[in-house]
Amino acid sequence: MWEYTKTVKDHFLNPRNVGIIEDADGVGEVGSLACGDALTLYFKLDDHKRIKDVKFQTFGCASAIASSSALTEMIKGLTLEEAAKVTNEDIAEFLGGLPKQKMHCSVMGRDALEKAISNYRGEAEKKVEGEIVCECFGVTDIEIERAVRENNLTSIEDVTNYVKAGGGCESCHDKIQKIIDETLGRETKVKKKVIRLTNIQKIKLIEETLEREIKPALKKDGGNIELVDVDGNNVIVKLQGTCAACSASEITLKNYVESKLRELVAPELLVEEVQS
Amino acid sequence: MKVIYMDNNATTQVAPEVLEEMLPYFSEFYGNPSSMHTFGGMVEQKIVEARERLARLLGASPEEIIFTSCGTESDNTAIRAAILSNPDKKHIVTSRVEHPAVKNLYEYLAKNGYRVTFVPVDRKGILDLDYLYKNLSEDTAIVSLMWANNESGVIFPIEDIGKVLKEKGIVFHTDAVQAVGKIPIDLKNVNVDMLSLSGHKLHGPKGVGALYVRKGTKFSPFLIGGHQEKGRRGGTENAASIVGLGKASELAARNISGENIRVKKLRDKLETEILNRVSNAIINGDREHRLPNTTSIAFEFVEGESILLMMDEYGICASSGSACTSGSLEPSHVLRAMGVPFTAAHGSVRFSLSIYNTEEEIDFIIEKLPPIIERLRELSPFWKKAL
Repeated sequence: MWEYTKTVKDHFLNPRNVGIIEDADGVGEVGSLACGDALTLYFKLDDHKRIKDVKFQTFGCASAIASSSALTEMIKGLTLEEAAKVTNEDIAEFLGGLPKQKMHCSVMGRDALEKAISNYRGEAEKKVEGEIVCECFGVTDIEIERAVRENNLTSIEDVTNYVKAGGGCESCHDKIQKIIDETLGRETKVKKKVIRLTNIQKIKLIEETLEREIKPALKKDGGNIELVDVDGNNVIVKLQGTCAACSASEITLKNYVESKLRELVAPELLVEEVQS
Repeated sequence: MKVIYMDNNATTQVAPEVLEEMLPYFSEFYGNPSSMHTFGGMVEQKIVEARERLARLLGASPEEIIFTSCGTESDNTAIRAAILSNPDKKHIVTSRVEHPAVKNLYEYLAKNGYRVTFVPVDRKGILDLDYLYKNLSEDTAIVSLMWANNESGVIFPIEDIGKVLKEKGIVFHTDAVQAVGKIPIDLKNVNVDMLSLSGHKLHGPKGVGALYVRKGTKFSPFLIGGHQEKGRRGGTENAASIVGLGKASELAARNISGENIRVKKLRDKLETEILNRVSNAIINGDREHRLPNTTSIAFEFVEGESILLMMDEYGICASSGSACTSGSLEPSHVLRAMGVPFTAAHGSVRFSLSIYNTEEEIDFIIEKLPPIIERLRELSPFWKKAL
């Protein structure tokens, strides 16, 4: 059973501001039946452009209903500029916290509010931007990137908890990991899943790393590198172009090529150069 | 608050008679059944009796019963035994609606060199027998199919399938955790080689299960250790719980005909009245071939967790196939395999009764549930649009 706070239970059992505003100034719809939760948010402004009335309808679990109810209470009386600053964290905080797996309910609230404001301002929907990463729940790279950035998410599981991406067939997990790495400023690493590589795997991985990581870097300086042989942990290479003539080639080999291969292939590798 | 417990496919109340018989084996009779002295032997005798009682419930002989720690252990033991005894065969078969104890083991084996066939079911949860038979081959090491489904209650035709598999000489295991104690089972007339069951589903204690292994079936133990259970399952016997399972089996054998008719009547009343009072409600699963105690009702355009929590306010305990209750984001694999549309799958609630439920309790749910659904539908943005 979920551990819901008293506030969550209260807003679930006695939701505030349920309903529809027929002549609403802004309407935001998010989610779908297939996804398991959905929210429609309506607001009406007063003469001073403050939110005078707000109503919602939600299909979903207790935390989805409570998040919607909380949101309506939070934004009543605010200007749209003020309301736009409400984050999903604010909603969760208002409720005294949400179980981690339920954070997507607070994100849904924030998204509905944004859509309603865009709707009022006559802006085109932002969602068309970006590329769908998670097919199961229709989540785009931009949405994932934003959730990662705003909530400091570090794992795929976190991303699933916040925006649902990756919670279905799981085939997008690699893509999500890449977005997390890029957003957090990490370099995307070649998968290090294989701990003990067979010789064939090792040689393949060395070739791949040379092609993808090392050659492009050397080519920038007019150099190149060729793989001659792999003997156990000894990687024998031939430097070409400017690298071959460079007096710093030894440093290039040890500090760059070897350390890169150790990082991405296996830590025990030694790089040797054969002279042409 | 009074608890109205309608979640008996999750677990059951330990019968008072069962508890009474177990208690001395926590205190007075603490001997090790394997010991040479009379004091230990007294415990051994009681385990012998428990084995006989369970064997009688199943129409088996006592030597064919191995006590385990739970249904999951029984399933794992059976499937691994079949694979180890047929090392050349690399194909295994099950259905798409199995309990995770079988489903996840099969998925694990699929990643470890086995070719797996998951037999589909139709919209009513009925197994596609043609698909099953078409996919059997010389290479098939085991077929494992549940006797009755925990979510829909749908019963598979184990007897018919057993005949076909016997002819083909393929090992047949059934996860009968939900069936034992609820419907009559007579293994003298059914060709299954192995059958799993669990104590706490039939008013016995948690932490004890059993595996039936038909005489002559090739077997290898999962827990390798001492000589307990004739070397087929190492580890000192969970004596008190085994005694409890024995007593629960005896009670189940006694209750299976009379009491089950009463339970079925209550279930049918609940189902009929709810369908009468709530529109856009659908029964998941075939109503003919179904456990007498189970009903899975899909309420369109509302979400299951919300229904459960609102019922919880009245002390009503049930469960849901919705995504939100499990922490996953998709509805249960059983409902998806049955092709229950998303509009309904998220709002599915399972009531599973036992002999301890009363007509007053059923009436209470019939009174309280319809307003809950109505309230949630008023909250739902899809409801008015659907009308």
